[in-house]
Amino acid sequence: MDPQAAKMIGAGIACIGMGGAGVGVGTIFGHYLAAALRNPSAAQGQFANLIFGFAVTEALGIFSLLIALLLLFAL
Amino acid sequence: MDPIHQFQIKNLLPIARVGGIEIAFTNSALFMLIGLVVILLLMLGATSSRALVPGRLQSVAEISYEFVAATLRSIAGPEGMKFFPLVFSLFMFILILNVIGIIPYTFTVTSHIIITVAFALLVFLTVVIYGFWKNGIHFLKLFVPSGIPVYIMPLVTFIEVLSFLSQPVSHSVRLFANMLAGHITLKVFGGFVTMLAAFGLWGWLGAILPLGLTVALTALELLVAFLQAYVFAILTCIYLNRAIHPGH
Repeated sequence: MDPQAAKMIGAGIACIGMGGAGVGVGTIFGHYLAAALRNPSAAQGQFANLIFGFAVTEALGIFSLLIALLLLFAL
Repeated sequence: MDPIHQFQIKNLLPIARVGGIEIAFTNSALFMLIGLVVILLLMLGATSSRALVPGRLQSVAEISYEFVAATLRSIAGPEGMKFFPLVFSLFMFILILNVIGIIPYTFTVTSHIIITVAFALLVFLTVVIYGFWKNGIHFLKLFVPSGIPVYIMPLVTFIEVLSFLSQPVSHSVRLFANMLAGHITLKVFGGFVTMLAAFGLWGWLGAILPLGLTVALTALELLVAFLQAYVFAILTCIYLNRAIHPGH
């Protein structure tokens, strides 16, 4: 196989990992919203925790994007 | 229509050559300087009148101050407020640079990993140095959570050390990759507009859809620009909190 083609395929496969981060971020915001509707007065206090969970989850998706970008442009 | 072209660093004013390394005033440095001037004007202009009932400009400064101060106080406690200048500078600098980057024909400084790594290492080294300076050897309690059975302690400690060392990586890559991916997406959709417009009248009609999407994506990028600056600031607070209060 042409190495360039293999790199492109590898980058595409690496991006599949971002789907998992999508599921995770959706779970976090969905659960936050469900909890916020049950107890709206407590919702504001948990906003920082929400953003922290979002950031930590998103980091894993970003790592797979990074692998794709490295394959396409750096290696 | 190369979507990567926008991130090219241009040499605006060569300054010196030291060994094989070229030192120059680049467009990256120019936009950092612009961001600094914007923040200075905003803050100096806001605090010049010091009215009891704040005007618009003063409200912007007061709201951003209160926002960051409340975040830092709630996460790191009152002892954390001595790091307020660091957190506030990082938040404002990243926010202004991100927002400047959305304006067409400008340069997004935070889309370069060297810049975000510098920010993240600044925070990381602050945490490590302050943690050891304030707590001494007790800072290592960070890696040994209490209430864990002895037989899984080596595994937990290993994971804690690994996650501590990967902090600066994820801290910097998050900001860099979000900015990079957002701007590439904008450029790709902008490229669709020009590609379709080359097909004549029907192409022009078809180009309305990607053009509308570009506008919507720009609005999304504005949200991401603020959110990433906020996430960077909040993670800085959390990491600083670990240096101030080690041990779980």
